[in-house]
Amino acid sequence: MAGARASSSTSESPRDDESPVKTLPVGDCVWEIPPSEKPGMRVPARIYASETLLRQMDAGVFEQVTNVACLPGIVRAALCMPDGHWGYGFPIGGVAAFRADTGVISPGGIGFDINCGMRVLRTALTEDEVRPRLRELVDALFAAVPSGVGARGFVRLSDDEFREVMREGAGWCVRRGYGWPEDLAATEGGGCLPGADPERVSARALGRGREQLGTLGSGNHYLEIQVVPPDGIHDARVARAFGIERPGQVLVMLHCGSRGFGHQVGTDYLRAFDQAMGGYGISVRDRELACAPFRSPDGQAYFGAMTAAANTAFANRQVITHRVREVMARVFGRDARALGLSLVYDVCHNTAKLERHVVDGEALDLVVHRKGATRAFGPGAPDVPAAYREIGQPVIIGGSMETGSALLVGTAHAMEETFGSTAHGAGRTMSRHAAKRRVWGETLIEEMASRGIIVRAASKAGVAEEAGFAYKSLAEVVDVVHRLDVSRRVVSLRPIGNIKG
Amino acid sequence: MGRWEFLEEVAVADCAVEVEGTDLDDVFATAAEALAEVMVDPATVAPVAERTLTLSAPSLDLLLYDWLAELIYLKDSERMIFTRAEVHVTQDPPCALTARLRGGPIDPGRTALRADAKAVTLHQFALERAPDGWRARVVVDI
Repeated sequence: MAGARASSSTSESPRDDESPVKTLPVGDCVWEIPPSEKPGMRVPARIYASETLLRQMDAGVFEQVTNVACLPGIVRAALCMPDGHWGYGFPIGGVAAFRADTGVISPGGIGFDINCGMRVLRTALTEDEVRPRLRELVDALFAAVPSGVGARGFVRLSDDEFREVMREGAGWCVRRGYGWPEDLAATEGGGCLPGADPERVSARALGRGREQLGTLGSGNHYLEIQVVPPDGIHDARVARAFGIERPGQVLVMLHCGSRGFGHQVGTDYLRAFDQAMGGYGISVRDRELACAPFRSPDGQAYFGAMTAAANTAFANRQVITHRVREVMARVFGRDARALGLSLVYDVCHNTAKLERHVVDGEALDLVVHRKGATRAFGPGAPDVPAAYREIGQPVIIGGSMETGSALLVGTAHAMEETFGSTAHGAGRTMSRHAAKRRVWGETLIEEMASRGIIVRAASKAGVAEEAGFAYKSLAEVVDVVHRLDVSRRVVSLRPIGNIKG
Repeated sequence: MGRWEFLEEVAVADCAVEVEGTDLDDVFATAAEALAEVMVDPATVAPVAERTLTLSAPSLDLLLYDWLAELIYLKDSERMIFTRAEVHVTQDPPCALTARLRGGPIDPGRTALRADAKAVTLHQFALERAPDGWRARVVVDI
């Protein structure tokens, strides 16, 4: 990495490594790096974190968030959420908004796993009902939802059908019987973002993704059976609006994205922008931040292809939802509707979307990049479904497979502070290799079973990489976003069954 | 024969690798082996398939990028992992390579899976001369 290790030796900051980047406290859990800290910064960088979380952030976060602050057309500040950690290009947890008329779009601000996201389904089942069949359920889900390297889904698509998926997203699945009509209203953007252009997608992307609809992937992707713990309901009114009534209630959460199709779209355009950027007179501090003006032919081509991949990710999560309903109906001997397997919500956390936000009193059309960050629109905001319009958009924050996850709700303050954004997970603090040195996958699976969490995984090494100790405290991340009022705590969830890639 | 090392303090959620080779051919071949090692236990891939591949790019580092991206593409499009490669790189513009690949299909009953490499990033991406040959740094998105 070019440049010194970022952080602070100033008295204001709790960071204790050596290099002299000022990280100044500007509010409770808000830290700012002024534009004077790096040549080319157009706006400040803002990091949302407790002192503990700020200390845990690696040097890459500070380097990367200040690099983002240098990009053309950025408004207000380059942001990093409390789960932020060293990514590529943007930090993971990064949020940045660029003017649609004069700003850029950057594949490195979205990530290769376009529209990686979270989805949660509620059930009418309790832990007492599920526990006796838990192993059978986990085994059946593991068999029905392919995961890991080289997995193929059950949906077979012609090229023309694949293009329909790109245009229609989750709606295509519902049309084909892989979902319920009401699922769409409970999905960000209705499960279909506008602007998808299959003509801007390469044949290689089609070839990579054609057989992967309905697959989970690997890494930190998962399908999880979760329970509301005894003290897990923090806001009963909002929880009830989410259909979560009581402790012991079982939910199903999944985390995955656009698979090889989106990865190839990202690869194609990163490579193209790396070459084209000079023609627009743009230079960047990290080649992974390669970008093009949003309104340029290159920018519009990427936006069309990226949106096609985002819609395919919605379709992927929808097809997996269909499989979950089939499996649970079979295991529990009751129709999925009788099991109450309704979608609470589906949120993206790797996207760039055209949104209108008020900046310095002016309503601006912005290209809001969220990379490892969740949209958190408040009450009355556009695209919040009717069922949640008065309370705000549900927010899903996935934790490690050992410690659990959380449901929150978006706020009006998030619209003012973070372009309607919040954290997306716990955030790693340890490398994958370090985690594997500390525990064997098989050992961890046995230990978790002794604690009542059944794990099935395509890769045992992958289980070790995702151990709870490799992540920050989810409770601390949730506490920070709650204190900041960029989303509010509603329900905590703990895992009892986990399917991993 | 080249060597590689995973860099643990870089991009903790992903996989950063530093590769050294005695010459360009070696560093390209070794990078391919390191990539296979990220995705699977190479010993569990039956070496039953051979493939010849040619690529060209406007610069040497983009040739390395395209080379590794091609191997990731073959993992998804054909479910093939190539664990060994003999590579011949031409430096004269346009830079080009010819590679003979050896590997086999991902077999759920036999192949020990690791991480599903999504893409090669350009974050800290480098290919440069080293005292004893060539060195590359690559961050793979996991």
